[in-house]
Amino acid sequence: MEINRNEIFRYLGYGRAEADERTKELAESCLKELEKETSPKSLIRIYSLTLREGYEIDGGCFQTVSRNLWKNLKDCSQIAVFAATLGVGADKLIQKYEKLEISRAVVLQAAATAMLEAFCDRECQDLKEKCQSQGLYLRPRFSPGYGDFPLENQKNLLDALEAGKRIGIKLTDSLLMTPVKSVTAVMGISRKAYRCEVKGCEACEKGDCPYRR
Amino acid sequence: MYKILEEMKKRRLFFDGGTGSILQAKGLKAGELPETWNILHPEILVELHKDYLKAGADIINTNTFGANGLKFYPGGEFDLEQVIKAAVSNAREAVRQAGKEAFIALDMGPTGKLLKPLGDLDFEAAVGLYRDIARIGAGEGVDLALIETMSDSYEIKAAVLGVKEACDLPVFVTMVFDEKGKLLTGGTVESMAALLEGLGVDGIGVNCGLGPVQMKPIVEKLLKVTSLPVIVNPNAGLPRSQEGRTVYDIDSEAFAREMKEIASMGAVIVGGCCGTTPEHIKKTVDLCRELPVSWPKEQNQTVVSSYSRAVIIGRDPVIIGERINPTGKSKFKQALRDHDLEHILREAAVQQDNGAHILDVNVGLPEIDEPSMMEEVIKELQSITELPLQIDTSNVEAMERGMRVYNGKPLINSVNGKDEVMEAVFPLVKKYGGTVVALCLDEDGIPDTAEGRIRIAEKIYDRAARYGIKAKDILVDGLCMTVSSDSKGALTTLETLRRIRDDLGGKSILGVSNISFGLPQREIINAAFFTMALENGLNAAIINPNSEAMMRAYYSYRALAGLDPQCSSYIGAYGGQKKDEIPLKEEKDTASSRLFSSIVRGLKEGAARSAKGLLGEQAPLEIINQTMIPALDFVGQGFEKGTIFLPQLLMSAEAAKAAFEVIKDEMQKLGQAQEKKGKIILATVQGDIHDIGKNIVKVLLENYSYEVIDLGRDVPPETVADRAVLEQVPLVGLSALMTTTVPSMEATIRLLQKKAPWVKIMAGGAVLTREYAETIGADCYCKDAMASVNYAESVICGPALKR
Repeated sequence: MEINRNEIFRYLGYGRAEADERTKELAESCLKELEKETSPKSLIRIYSLTLREGYEIDGGCFQTVSRNLWKNLKDCSQIAVFAATLGVGADKLIQKYEKLEISRAVVLQAAATAMLEAFCDRECQDLKEKCQSQGLYLRPRFSPGYGDFPLENQKNLLDALEAGKRIGIKLTDSLLMTPVKSVTAVMGISRKAYRCEVKGCEACEKGDCPYRR
Repeated sequence: MYKILEEMKKRRLFFDGGTGSILQAKGLKAGELPETWNILHPEILVELHKDYLKAGADIINTNTFGANGLKFYPGGEFDLEQVIKAAVSNAREAVRQAGKEAFIALDMGPTGKLLKPLGDLDFEAAVGLYRDIARIGAGEGVDLALIETMSDSYEIKAAVLGVKEACDLPVFVTMVFDEKGKLLTGGTVESMAALLEGLGVDGIGVNCGLGPVQMKPIVEKLLKVTSLPVIVNPNAGLPRSQEGRTVYDIDSEAFAREMKEIASMGAVIVGGCCGTTPEHIKKTVDLCRELPVSWPKEQNQTVVSSYSRAVIIGRDPVIIGERINPTGKSKFKQALRDHDLEHILREAAVQQDNGAHILDVNVGLPEIDEPSMMEEVIKELQSITELPLQIDTSNVEAMERGMRVYNGKPLINSVNGKDEVMEAVFPLVKKYGGTVVALCLDEDGIPDTAEGRIRIAEKIYDRAARYGIKAKDILVDGLCMTVSSDSKGALTTLETLRRIRDDLGGKSILGVSNISFGLPQREIINAAFFTMALENGLNAAIINPNSEAMMRAYYSYRALAGLDPQCSSYIGAYGGQKKDEIPLKEEKDTASSRLFSSIVRGLKEGAARSAKGLLGEQAPLEIINQTMIPALDFVGQGFEKGTIFLPQLLMSAEAAKAAFEVIKDEMQKLGQAQEKKGKIILATVQGDIHDIGKNIVKVLLENYSYEVIDLGRDVPPETVADRAVLEQVPLVGLSALMTTTVPSMEATIRLLQKKAPWVKIMAGGAVLTREYAETIGADCYCKDAMASVNYAESVICGPALKR
């Protein structure tokens, strides 16, 4: 799994600046510790998809209204529901160092996020290739809480995947996932190639964010 | 005695198979709670149970896997009692219709929540959820409780305690291990066997997650470490998704063949889980019925465990770190009084790094509330270390609080031959599990002879047995008297050690350091005595693992006693050169500039060393004001300008902290108190569990001499407001990371404004913007940690000091 170091430093607020040697060393040592202490797991399931007027979406295991997601899923007939987690190992490490060595906790936090992204990419790659072999296109991941895709869908997505039982992702009362280093997402599957839309940082309205790409 | 406990010894019993997968096939929709079908479609459930009974199952599970108070609450569509009663009644009806003898298991799955500190469910709340289920189920007359599909040791402990506190039903626990033999939260077969035997369950096993093929190595491991009957309920192979449905990869024939092998290996009860059907069970019953049942033989290993690690106390000696103990340590005492848990956690981390296998935890101090301190410290320690803990107290309430929240099977220090003490401690060991240290003393004091001490040990073994506590769960402490007051004392102790091993066949433990009390250079005697004790059979040594001399004795002994093949641990410990921080060019620089530069470069050891050096030249306050604060300011300004980044800022903060520690010690010696600028409350708001931003701010504020009252995360508005009033703080800092939790930040601010109108409020967090912070009423939006320091300086020290 190729983890993008630059992403780690971006999360740490380095922007375009080159990270210093000690932070670089710290990042490598955090990645090593994470590799030892985490066991990433993921689940994917495919459902049929119906898009209706008024930005109504029926993804088989969830029904919602979201303009952003609707546009993202336009022309898709199927939807892949995805969840991934680094497991409690990453959270445990971060919690431990928050108490003992906050500088390491901060770098672990960033490294774990980069690691989770890389893991998600790898796990989705297989599906992407499978789609391609059938002349289908797999669209980028779109997560609850993203744009106007309501966070409340989290529960349905996780339930559909039996993610609690199978890979240990649970929700807090406030709908946050635990372990914290977890992701849920949906991905449209279509016959038509995907017109690249604004995503990631560019889609976010927080203009003064120091972590903006 | 419940009948199933008799029956399972006499004949092979079979569990039923999957329920959820079959209900789905019968039309259960995604998102629909399967337990509601107990009420909505009782006939389907009766039919399903009956099919399993006809297939040969002896134990059927009620359809109550997810039936808990979080999903079924008063005022909801159905309440918990209704659901469980209906479920048991369906099972009973099926048994009646099938016309055969069968047992009804009250089925309990995970709560669906992760427990604190990783999630947001409190341990006691989890105990309560299971207690409620068990109370209702037991009232309906089920034959046993099955706690299944569990993947978190802490939740398992909560479940078992809940059931045991509600009723006396037999308890079986089956868990989900992955192919590496781990639970999702890190538990191993060994650590879970230790925990569950300690808790006194009646059967232990594996279910779900894997098919029978992948489960075999796990079952094999389990059979090696447990004395309990083993239960195996696999899925019908590994799952894959087909058109949005889950299908499994082996058929009923293959399943049954595999189950026959598993039964032959020694599993006592077998059945199925997801994807298995009455057909799988029927074929399994046909193939396995005639196989003789054999229970695992009694295991005699002495084991303690944490959530993820089992430590065997036996021939290979075990080191118990003694440093978490206030006796004779003024700094530690102060830390306890100040509620400075960080100091305690550091003691733990250092001892672990230096090679301790278990950590002793003693937090007894006359002026503190020891029971709540014990509970808190145990919770904190188990969040940072995977080493098993030894709960060390003579306060029975503190002992119980510690044992209750401990995520594993603890060592307990201690019981002795006094009736009163045995009567207080043994029931706790029986309830919560644990290995207990038995001191060879009683109402008549400490016997002078080994013979006398052995007699007390025998009395303790005997009494423990009456409580159902096995000999393997007792570690005899032959007691170590200081040699300077009795020159034969050491010999008596050594003889006692030999006799514990040879005459009692028992395991021994010793607080080694006592031997040298009153002598100079205690380490010298300690290390020599330690080696002698090991040679005389000592199994567990309570020592200071940070002492080089003691660890040398330990590694040498193991190498010499044939316990360290190829001397690899010895070489591992002493073969390499330890890498040091790059030393600064000390000859040219002044002590002050060395300290300055150590802080700026974030070198902890360098900063502490330079501070120590500088103390010879300058007064403590001078050092702080003339060197350290300027260094911190330098770094802070670099951070604001964007030339220094967060990790560096924090490394500098940590280096400064290390220097402060040195200076604080000196001030204490001089009888000076370190002045704090003022109190600040910090909290991550209710609903939010992302704590790191708040923790960063805390470290920096402490550097600038503020007293931070850290309320933690997921803090209700009332807690923040009440504390602000109680402590009369001038400033509160609130953190929220998620959009969803910003409303709870607003609620906290509103309440603060009402109850503590004088308080200034600073707010920060990833999703917050200046405008938004102002809208919800914060006095200051802090875009980063330095901004909070600057705001604190302006609020508390006045504009004059505003940097």
